[in-house]
Amino acid sequence: MGNQTNWNWDPAPESTDHVKIKEQYQLFIGGRFVKPANGEYFETVNPANEKVLAKVALADAADVDKAVKAARKAYSNVWSKMSGAERGKYIFRLARLIQERAREFAVIESLDGGKPIRESRDVDIPLVSAHFFYHAGWADKLEYAFPNKKPSPIGVVGQIIPWNFPLLMAAWKIAPALACGNTVVLKPAESTPLTALKLAEVIKDAGFPDGVVNIVTGDGGTGEAIVNHPGIDKIAFTGSTEVGKKIIRATAGTNKKLTLELGGKAANIVFEDAALDQAVDGIVEGIYFNQGHVCCAGSRLFVQEGIAEKLFRRLKHRINQLIVGDPLDKNTDIGAINSKGQLKTIQAYIKQGKKEGLEMFQPEIALPKKGYWCAPTLFFDVAQSSVLAKEEIFGPVLAIQTFRTVDEVIAKANNTPYGLSAGVWTDKGSKVFNLTSQLKAGVVWANTYNKFDPTSPFGGYKESGFGREGGVHGLEAYLNLN
Amino acid sequence: MEVMKTYKMFIGGAFPRTESGRYYELTNPKGEFVANICRGSRKDFRNAAVAARAAQKSWAGKSAYNRSQIIYRIAEIMQQRKSQFVEELTKLGYTAAKANKEFDAAIDLLVYYAGWCDKYVQVSSAVNPVASSHFNFSIPEPTGLVSVIAHQDGPLVGLLQAFVPAIVGGNAVVVLASEKYAMSAVSLAEVLATSDVPGGVVNILTGFASELAPIMASHMDVNALVTFGLDRPLITSIAEACADSVKRLRIHPDIPTKGSLDLIMELQEIKTTWHPIEKISSSGSAY
Repeated sequence: MGNQTNWNWDPAPESTDHVKIKEQYQLFIGGRFVKPANGEYFETVNPANEKVLAKVALADAADVDKAVKAARKAYSNVWSKMSGAERGKYIFRLARLIQERAREFAVIESLDGGKPIRESRDVDIPLVSAHFFYHAGWADKLEYAFPNKKPSPIGVVGQIIPWNFPLLMAAWKIAPALACGNTVVLKPAESTPLTALKLAEVIKDAGFPDGVVNIVTGDGGTGEAIVNHPGIDKIAFTGSTEVGKKIIRATAGTNKKLTLELGGKAANIVFEDAALDQAVDGIVEGIYFNQGHVCCAGSRLFVQEGIAEKLFRRLKHRINQLIVGDPLDKNTDIGAINSKGQLKTIQAYIKQGKKEGLEMFQPEIALPKKGYWCAPTLFFDVAQSSVLAKEEIFGPVLAIQTFRTVDEVIAKANNTPYGLSAGVWTDKGSKVFNLTSQLKAGVVWANTYNKFDPTSPFGGYKESGFGREGGVHGLEAYLNLN
Repeated sequence: MEVMKTYKMFIGGAFPRTESGRYYELTNPKGEFVANICRGSRKDFRNAAVAARAAQKSWAGKSAYNRSQIIYRIAEIMQQRKSQFVEELTKLGYTAAKANKEFDAAIDLLVYYAGWCDKYVQVSSAVNPVASSHFNFSIPEPTGLVSVIAHQDGPLVGLLQAFVPAIVGGNAVVVLASEKYAMSAVSLAEVLATSDVPGGVVNILTGFASELAPIMASHMDVNALVTFGLDRPLITSIAEACADSVKRLRIHPDIPTKGSLDLIMELQEIKTTWHPIEKISSSGSAY
C-alpha cells in the first residue's frame, strides 16, 4: 500500500472565464433583441449541476407573428432582391465570425446541453462554421445544382430544432435557407436555447439586414405558433416522429412545404470478418456519442454469432474505460443527460429492459451526485419484439442481438418503421455494398459511424422523415424549382 | 354475334374481379350502356398492396438496362393493339383523330421513359467531397410501394404518367384508373401482362377515387401516394391520413403533358453511403 500507482485521470477542465452568458436573453426579431409580448421568461439549466444558466424569453403567438412579419419584410424588401453573390458574402462572413468565437460557442454548448467539451469543440462547432462556409458558396451557383430549372427561394421559412445538437441543427437549418434566398424564423429547443441566442449576436455582428434571421425561444406552444402561422411558406423540423406526424396533420391542406428529420432506431451490424477493434470503437461511437442523444445513433447492435462472445468481451472492456462526468473536462467521454425529463425517459426504458429479464451490463462507476447522469448501458439478447429494440430511447442504451446469415440480418435491420441510418462492419468489399444497398436508410456508414459533413446529404426513409439536409440534395428543400 | 369483354382488374399479374362483387356502369355520351366495370374495394387494394410489396424488391434489383427494355417492350406490344385502344376511346365519344393523337402520345411517353431507366441515377447522384478521409456518395433509391390516383380525364397519357415514372425508378405501384376511362386501363393491363413486366409490379384497380383515396392514404405499408386532379377537401383529408406512416404525398392538379425526370425523382429516396479511405502515405487520397 501507499506505493500503488493511481491510474485515474487528473481533472482537465476547459476554462470558462472567457465565456459571456447574460442573466437574461430576449427574442431576436427584426435585427433587435426585444422583450416577449407576455413578459414571460423560462430558465435554462446546466444539466451537469442543475444550476440556472440564464433566463430566456418565452415567445407566444404574438411574438411569432412579429418575427414572421419581420422575416417577410426582409424577404420582400432586401434578401430576395439581393444577388446571390452578395448573400453569399454575408454567409461567408458569418462562418468566419463563428470560427473566431468557436471556443466560446463550444463551452456554452457543453454548459447548456451537457455534451462533452471534446465533442462540442471538435465536432459540433467546427461543423457549424463548415456548414455556413459550404452553403455560402452555393448562393450564386444554384442554377448549376439544378440543370434545366430556374431555382427561386420559397419565402419565409419556419424552422424548429431539437436539443441534441443545438447550434449544429441551427446551422443545418439556417445556412441552406439563407443561401437559397429565404428568410428565417427559427425556434431553438426549450432546454438548449443559449448558443442560438449567441448566434443571433454574431448574425448582428456580421451585419445581416434586419429580419433575415429571427430567433424565437420558447416551448412547444411557440413551435405550434410557427407551424400554424399562415405567413410561413415552409416548415423545416428536426425532432421526434410523434411531433413530426402532428406537423404533417397541422399543415395538411395548406400550401406550406415541409421537410422533416425525425427519429431513428439504426441497426449497426458487425460481421465475423470485421476488424474487431475498429468495430468496437464504432459501436461505442455509434451509441455513446452525445450520450446517445442522436437520431441516427446505432442503437440496435447486430453481431454475427461466431464472434459474439469475443466482441462482447472487448465491448465491455472498452466501456469500462469510458469516462462519464463533467462535460467541461477534456477527458470526458460521456457527459450529462440533457434534461431531467429525458433522464426519466431513459431510466424507464432501462427499467423495462430489466423487467423483461434481459441481461444488462453497466460499468461500475460513481456518477456525480448533482445533475442528470446515466451510465453507458448494454442489453443482451434483446428480442425483435422488445420495446428496447423497437422504440427510440435517445440515450446511452444499446439493444444487442445476434444473427447467423446475411439475409437474416437484413430482414431484421429493415424490420422497423424508422429508416434514418445504419452501420455495417466487414472487411469484405462486396459484402459492404450488398448491405449498403439493401439497408433501408438515408445514411449508411460502412466501417465507420456517426460521421457528418456539410457536403453530405442527411435524412431519412419511412417514418424517419423526408427531405435531405446538406450537399446538393439538401438545397432542394429551400427552393422552388420551375 | 359479337363476344363482349368482361373488364376485370389487374392484381399480382392476374385478372380477378373485385372481391366485393360491386360494379359501376359505363355509358357513352348518348347514355347508352358500354360496359360494366369493377368497383374495387378496400380488400382489393390491400391484395394489390401485398402483391406490389412482394414484387418490388426483385423489380428494383433488375438491372437498369433490363427495366429499360421491359418498358420499351410495353410500347412495342401496345403499338400492335392500336386499333383496340382507339376503338375503346371512340366508343366513349372521342373522334378518331383525337383518339389517335392520345394513343401516339402514349407510345411516345413510354419510349421516353424507357430511356430514363439507366440515366436518372447518373443525373441525380453525387460524390460528395467530405473533409474527412472518406469516400462518400449519394444515390437515389426507390421509395418502395407507391399508390396512385390517376387523373379522371386521362385515358392513356394520364394513366401512364401515373405509374410509368414510378416503375422506371424501381418502385411497385397500385394505380386507381380513371372511372370514365377504365376500359383503356384494363386493356393497358392486358398489354402489361404480355410485356415481360413481372406480376405485381403494376397493379391496376378500377373504382371510385373518393372511396379508395382515403384507404390508400391510411394503409401503413404504402410508402408514397401520388394524386392527379383530386379536389382540395379530399386532398386535405388524405394529407392528414398520410401522417400515420409519414407517407410521401405528391399532389398534381393536372396531367403533366410531357414526360419528366421530376415525376421519377419524386418517388426516390436519397441514400448517402460513407466508407473510410486508408490514409497511410503523406500524399493522402480523397475523391
